[in-house]
Amino acid sequence: MHTLTSWATSVPFSVPLTEITPIAAEPVRAGIYAVAPLLVGLPLASAAVLLLLGRRSDKWGHWLGVLASAGAFVIGLLTFLAILGRDASQRVLDVHLGTWIDAGAFHLDAGMRLDPLSLTFVLLVTFVGTLIHVYSVAYMDHDRDRRRFFAYLNLFVAAMLVLVLADSYLLLFVGWEGVGLASYLLIGFWNHRTPYAVAAKKAFVANRIGDVGLIVALGLMFATFGGVDFGTVLNADMSGVSQATLTGIGLMLLLAACGKSAQFPLQSWLGDAMAGPTPVSALIHAATMVTAGVYLIVRSSTLFDAAPTAQLVVVIVGAITLLFGAIVGCAKDDIKKALAASTMSQIGYMVLAAGLGPAGYAFAIFHLVTHGFFKAGMFLGAGSVMHGMDDQVDMRRFGGLARYMKITYVTFGLGWLAILGVPPFSGFWSKDKIIEAAFIPTDGQEWRAWVFGGVALLGAGITAFYMSRLFFMTFEGERRWSTKTDGSPQHPHESPALMTWPMIILAVGSAGLGLVLGVGGRFVDWLEPVTGGGEHGEPVLSAGVLMALTLVLVVAGAVLAWRRYAVSTVPVIPPVGTVLTRAARVDLYQDAVNDALLVEPGQHLTRSLVYVDKAVVDGTAVGVGQTTVGLGQILRKTQTGFVRSYAATMLVGLVVLVAAVLVIQS
Amino acid sequence: MSLDHYLVLAAILFSIGAATVLLRRNAIIVFMGVELMLNATNLLLVTFSRMHGQLDGQVLAFFVMVVAAAEVVVGLAIIVSIFRTRRSASVDDVNLLKN
Repeated sequence: MHTLTSWATSVPFSVPLTEITPIAAEPVRAGIYAVAPLLVGLPLASAAVLLLLGRRSDKWGHWLGVLASAGAFVIGLLTFLAILGRDASQRVLDVHLGTWIDAGAFHLDAGMRLDPLSLTFVLLVTFVGTLIHVYSVAYMDHDRDRRRFFAYLNLFVAAMLVLVLADSYLLLFVGWEGVGLASYLLIGFWNHRTPYAVAAKKAFVANRIGDVGLIVALGLMFATFGGVDFGTVLNADMSGVSQATLTGIGLMLLLAACGKSAQFPLQSWLGDAMAGPTPVSALIHAATMVTAGVYLIVRSSTLFDAAPTAQLVVVIVGAITLLFGAIVGCAKDDIKKALAASTMSQIGYMVLAAGLGPAGYAFAIFHLVTHGFFKAGMFLGAGSVMHGMDDQVDMRRFGGLARYMKITYVTFGLGWLAILGVPPFSGFWSKDKIIEAAFIPTDGQEWRAWVFGGVALLGAGITAFYMSRLFFMTFEGERRWSTKTDGSPQHPHESPALMTWPMIILAVGSAGLGLVLGVGGRFVDWLEPVTGGGEHGEPVLSAGVLMALTLVLVVAGAVLAWRRYAVSTVPVIPPVGTVLTRAARVDLYQDAVNDALLVEPGQHLTRSLVYVDKAVVDGTAVGVGQTTVGLGQILRKTQTGFVRSYAATMLVGLVVLVAAVLVIQS
Repeated sequence: MSLDHYLVLAAILFSIGAATVLLRRNAIIVFMGVELMLNATNLLLVTFSRMHGQLDGQVLAFFVMVVAAAEVVVGLAIIVSIFRTRRSASVDDVNLLKN
C-alpha cells in the first residue's frame, strides 16, 4: 500500500512541487464504502423497474425516480463526509468489486475509485440531478410518457456515476457509452417529431466519432503500459515511454473529450441537442454529461503532464471553442440555443484550464462545479419561461417578463451574475482564476500566456454581452409577446413550487458556492490529492490588473447589451445583420463545413464503393457464370439428337484411337 | 486359306455393319448392322484363337454372343415401346435429346 508518506520518502527533494506525485489507491471495503456501489445501483435499479413495469408504474414512477436519485445523493454525501474525515494524503480509495476480465495475460478488476475528484462529480451529479428530477415532476406533468422520461433520467444518473467512479479506463468507457445512450434517448424523447429524432441521431454520431478516440487511446494504453486501470496507467513511469506515444494517447483522449464535451471540431451536435425536454438540457447538456470530457482530461493529468504537445492542443481547442461558442451565443434568438452556445463556450474555458497543466486542473473542475449550478439554474429558468409562455423559445417574442415571473427573474438573474463573473457570485471565483492561470507562461513561453490569456479575457467580455442580451431580451424591455398556438393571448405566469424550489436552490448555489469553496483555496486543497499542488509561476500581468481588466470588459459587455436590448426597441423580425451575425446565426457555418468536408465526400465515397462493388465484385462473379453459360450454348449445338450422328462420332473416335495406337507402335 | 482372308472378310463385314448403322433409319435394320459388327468381331476372335491354339478367344466369342442376345432382347423391347408411342421405328424420330 502506497500512501503519500511512503512516496515522499522515496522521491528525491529535487522534484519540483508542481509535479504531481501520484497516490496509489488504498483498497477499502468496510463501513460506508461497502454501500458505495449503491450509488450506481439505486438509479440503475429504478430505471430497470420503471422500464420493465411499463404503464403500471405511471402513477408513482416519477417519485421512484426522484427517490432513487436522492438516495444516491445521500450515499454520496455520507461517503464524502467519511473521506473528508481522513487525512488529505489518504483520500484516494478503491472499492474493489471483483474480477471483471480475466483472459490470459490481461486481467482487469472492476472497482470504484473514491477520491476528491470523483466525489466532487458524484455530489454535483446527484445533487443537481435530484433537483432536476423534482423540477421534471412538474415540468413533464402533462406528458403521457413522464415515467419513461424518469427511467431515462435515472439511467443517465447511473451511467454518469459509473463514468466518474470507474477505476479503469475500460469501466469509464462503459459509463461513457451509457451517458451517450441516455443522452440520445432523451434528446429524441419526443421522437415523433422528425427534426428531434434527427437531432438525437446527430448527437449520437458526433459522440461516436469521439468514442473512437477513446477506444484507440485504450488500445495505446494497453500496448504501452500493459493495462488500462488507473493504477497502472497513471502511476506508470512516464519517462520510459516515447513522447510520440504519450502525445498520441493525449490527442486520442482529447478527441474523445471533444466529442462528449462539444468542443471544436465536434461541437455541432450540442445546439441541436436542445430538442430534448428542457430539464434534460439542464442536467445532461449543461451541468454534467458535457463536462465528462473535462473530467477525462483532468483524470488523465499525469499522462497530459508528460505530453506537452498534447497539452498545447488541448489549450488551443479550448480557446477556439471558447470564442466560437461566445460568438454564436451573440446571434442566437432561441433562448435554449443561446444557452447551449454559452455552455459550449464555458466548457471551452474548462478545457483550456485543463490544458494548462497543474496550474489549471483544479480551476477547470472548480469552474465545472460552479457552472453546473448556474447553468443548470438558468436552463431551468428558461424552462420556466417556456412553461409560462406556451413553449415559446424565441427571445424576440419575450420581453418584460420580470413582472410576471418574479422568482424565475430573480433566480435567473443570480445565474446571470454568476456566469458574468461579477464578484462575489460563484462564476467570479472560478472564471477569474482560469483567466489568471491562462496568463501564466507555460515553459517560459510568454506568447502562449498573451494569446491564451487574451482569448480568455476577450471571452469574458463577449460572455457578458450575450448573456446580458439573453437576460434583457427575456425579462426587460417592452412586451413583444405573440399569441398562443390556439390564437388566445399569452398569460405569462410563475411556475408551480415544484419547479421554483429547485431553481431557488440552484440560484443560492450560483450565488454562494464560489464564496464557500473559493475563499482560502478550499476547493483547490480538496482536489490536491488528484490534481497536484497549485504551485506555479506568476502571470505576465499581476492578478489585480487582470481582475480589473476582466471586470471592465464584463461591465462594458453588459452595458452594451443593456443599451441595445433593454433600452432600445428589439425588432420582432430579426434584422439582416452583419456578415458575422448571419454566420453566427447558422453556427458559423459549422454544419455547412461538416457537410462539405465530411458528409458529402463520405456520401461520394460510399456511392463509388457501391459502384465498384456492383461493377467489379459482382461483375466478376456474374461474368464467370455468364461465360460458362455462353460456352454451354456453343457446345449445345453439337447435340443434334440423331442417334446415327452419335454412332458416327463413336466410330470416328474409335478409328482415330486405333490409328493413334498404330502410329505410336510403329 | 491364309490369315489375311479372315481379316479382310471380318473388316468387310464390320464395315458393312457400321455403314448400316450409320446410313439406315429403320431401327430394326440398325440393329442388324450392330449384330453384323459383333459377328465380324467374333470371327476375328475365333480366327486368332485357332491361330494361337488357345481357347480364350472362343470363350470370349461365346460371351459376346450371350451379351448380344441379351442386348437384342432389351433393344427390341425398347424399339417396340417406341413404336407404340410414336407409330414409327425410324431412329431419326427419336430426337428428344436434341438441344
